[in-house]
Amino acid sequence: MEHYSLKINGHVYETGAEPFESLLDVLREKLRLTGSKKGCDEGECGSCTVLLDGKPVLSCILMVSDVRDREVLTVEGLPQGGEPHPIQVEMTERGGIQCGYCTPGIIMSAYALLQENPRPSEDEIRFAIAGNICRCTGYSKIVEALQAAAGTPIR
Amino acid sequence: MFAPEFDYHKASSVAEAIQLLGANDGAKLIAGGHSLIPLLKLRLARPTALIDIGDISDLKRIIINNETVSIGALATHWDIASSHDVKHACSMLAEVAGGIGDSQVRNRGTIGGNVVHADPASDWPTVLTALNARFVIQGPGGASRTAAPEDFFLGPLTTNLADNELLTAVEVPSFAANQRSEYAKIAHPASGYAVVGGAVVVTMDGERCTAASIAVGGLVPAPVRASSVERALIGQTLNVENIMAASNQVVNDLGSNIIGDFYASATYRRAMAAVEIRHALFHITGEAHVGSRAVSVIHGVQYVPVDREAIPVSDPGSIADPVSSTESVNTENQPRKRWWEFWRRS
Repeated sequence: MEHYSLKINGHVYETGAEPFESLLDVLREKLRLTGSKKGCDEGECGSCTVLLDGKPVLSCILMVSDVRDREVLTVEGLPQGGEPHPIQVEMTERGGIQCGYCTPGIIMSAYALLQENPRPSEDEIRFAIAGNICRCTGYSKIVEALQAAAGTPIR
Repeated sequence: MFAPEFDYHKASSVAEAIQLLGANDGAKLIAGGHSLIPLLKLRLARPTALIDIGDISDLKRIIINNETVSIGALATHWDIASSHDVKHACSMLAEVAGGIGDSQVRNRGTIGGNVVHADPASDWPTVLTALNARFVIQGPGGASRTAAPEDFFLGPLTTNLADNELLTAVEVPSFAANQRSEYAKIAHPASGYAVVGGAVVVTMDGERCTAASIAVGGLVPAPVRASSVERALIGQTLNVENIMAASNQVVNDLGSNIIGDFYASATYRRAMAAVEIRHALFHITGEAHVGSRAVSVIHGVQYVPVDREAIPVSDPGSIADPVSSTESVNTENQPRKRWWEFWRRS
């Protein structure tokens, strides 16, 4: 067991963990940040997506020892002043959420996209969330919600 | 979740990693972890120790000179895709890197981890074979060697890397101004992995092809060079007829060991090898509208050929293009059914 000071959502969290534990397990089990979801736990589904230094990564196959001295952003870090992020608002209001399990991962992938590309096309949105599997919505409502969050016209 | 049945070491240099490999029987190196950690979780790999080389910054470097692009084994797919220098020196590397997996995978997965994993369905082994890459390998005592793709990839998940060796870099010759390249694949609809992939590098003198380097993968245990296709193309003008005839020669290079599964049979994959090679060639010659009905993925984007009129009728390779032969019903004046109308009875 080693000691880690992890920079997550602008705060420093102190925790003990084995170096090869996944960041997802540490987030959920040790730090009780349960927004990031464990779907397949094998790097297929994308529901565990968090941002590492601003780039989306799969926290289920990321060893906690590789997160030292780096910035992690999870879905809990998006709301500002108690207000949900526009992506979160549009996802809930436009039916981008059904069971909700993929939602935090999709929101993090979308957030990373909008940081780099504030007005993405539909194709760019679909390319950006290609690593996030949703088995409920058929993606259309998700894409609409993300277009609305970006302020781009919805087909 | 996996049981901590192994020791964990962090190596800060290549020499230290090789020393740790020698000292720990059954140890495995880990960097991005995008191949090994899923294998651990699926209990398909049970190393006694993990040696984390993810922090060795020497291995992340991309060095470009006039002749060679040297990509450190720990460069991520995103590092390669986003590098303007790589795009300038060897555009194929950047284009292929940008289409691998999804953004999460590209951000963590490394080229070195990908090639030592040697998944037959992976894109890099096929592309690096066509690019005549050299794998730079370091062993105990600072001994260094290089291996060509044909010697390096031995079979599914098997390379000629010894237990105490470490891949440090992948070197690729820079493109000359008259070289063109393309990689086309049938992507598995769920994973994006290549069911069949064709990587093509040609050297052009005007319209004429003076050299060709072509590899296919996904359907064979390790990528193979399509030498018959290369021979048929050299000296030829890259027109539709020549491309069709040459690409069909690939069946001579595939050998008898063709992968088949419940998604795509060996027969189908064998037939599609020529199709992927010609889709890549048609993209190079700007005749991307020609082809068959097969949907290829190029630069991570689906490419659906639309105009099948341009296929020569006397196509000698109808075996390699089983859907291009007939269909004479005149549908010109009938309104096309849209995809959401298919549930309606006509």
